Amino acid sequence: MQVPAPFEYERATSVDHAIALMERLGDEARLVAGGHSLIPMMKLRLATPEYLIDINDLADELGYINISAGEVRIGAMTRHRELLESDELAAVFPIFRDAERVIADPVVRNRGTLGGSLCQADPSEDLSAVCDAINASCVIRSKDGERVVSMHDFHRGPYETAVADGEMLTEVRIPVLPNSSSAYHKVERRAGDWAVASAGAAVTMDGGVIADGRVGLCAVGPNLTNVEPISTALRGQAPSEELYATVGQIAADNASPATDTRGTADYKTHLAKELTIRSLRKAVARATRQE
Amino acid sequence: MEVTMNVNGEEVTKDIEPRTLLVHHIRDHLGLTGTHWGCDTSNCGTCVVWVDNEPVKSCTTLAAMCGGHDVRTVEGLADGADLDPVQEGFVQCHGLQCGFCTPGMMMTARALLDRNPDPTEDEIREAISGQICRCTGYSTIIRSIQWAAKKEQETPVEVSAS
Repeated sequence: MQVPAPFEYERATSVDHAIALMERLGDEARLVAGGHSLIPMMKLRLATPEYLIDINDLADELGYINISAGEVRIGAMTRHRELLESDELAAVFPIFRDAERVIADPVVRNRGTLGGSLCQADPSEDLSAVCDAINASCVIRSKDGERVVSMHDFHRGPYETAVADGEMLTEVRIPVLPNSSSAYHKVERRAGDWAVASAGAAVTMDGGVIADGRVGLCAVGPNLTNVEPISTALRGQAPSEELYATVGQIAADNASPATDTRGTADYKTHLAKELTIRSLRKAVARATRQE
Repeated sequence: MEVTMNVNGEEVTKDIEPRTLLVHHIRDHLGLTGTHWGCDTSNCGTCVVWVDNEPVKSCTTLAAMCGGHDVRTVEGLADGADLDPVQEGFVQCHGLQCGFCTPGMMMTARALLDRNPDPTEDEIREAISGQICRCTGYSTIIRSIQWAAKKEQETPVEVSAS
């Protein structure tokens, strides 16, 4: 029987209250949102916080998808299911629906949140690669106010983010650009499993060329939520199968997967290449209205 | 800590450790052993109950998090001696063999039909994709859910969320 180590439970009723509780309880306090990453880690005693601050009552305050002309703002407590089901979000960022369809299973998606996924920063977790591909920024709040950091600065590495003690992630902001689209491809052993490997791509077109393109990988090594050499290789290029093959190879060269029960390192490297090609091809097709 | 939740329409208050998982609270403190405790890793789905009308995996939810909320377990499906159409479907279509996955399957099926009264086979498969039947009786489980959907379309029933 797996049961977390003892802790004290507090329930926050607002963002300000959650921050005040973190200030008072110190660095042994952890926030719990959906709990579907943290509670399993606590059951395995990989995480042993002394205080758990439940922020599920903030689902109204921080559960929203606001879409305006130039920007999408998503509250950190927005649940996977809401991200999956939002037609408005899928219209501007189809990458969310691509990814959410294959994140865990429908029952888990009822609980897990965007903010929780990003803060967990698991190298096999999908949404960090998604958010970095679409150049999202994260709003982090503390008692001193808000700061906004890019996904690049937010995601420090496996299980490590820019969120410091006494701070919480409250919102994700994504710029909406014309002639742009995105896509995500994942290979999993069975429905609902972690990725064997996956890749997300976003492109902005300018006439017949890719003005800007970004690719994020997951489950094939640390710090690949945005593979910068791919962006360099894509800039100003006309989309072609040769170009996709070139950047697919860059993805493979940057991947450093480990052989485990989900597959061999060689297989995962192959997937990094192939899934990069597929997601780029689809993002370009969507951006140019061929799909 | 004292935790009060509404379980199958009844307010229950218990003094529990904050680390108590919902599945153990339901089974060990409330004596409702219809909810099964399986893999302990939120994979198998036999522990699925509803929290505020949504299916959740109770092995990965703290009982404390459900304080002030509505919980519905498999015991809350039938209305007295009247089985829920989903339960009837499992009887009619042999939806269970060993029965271990059944409570979670039925709670997820009930939630699916409340949202989508006429699901396609693919939609049913997707809905139960977070549940494991180690007898591998998926085909009959799908037929059972289809049976319930058909019955409800023929004789619309009042669906109670409590």
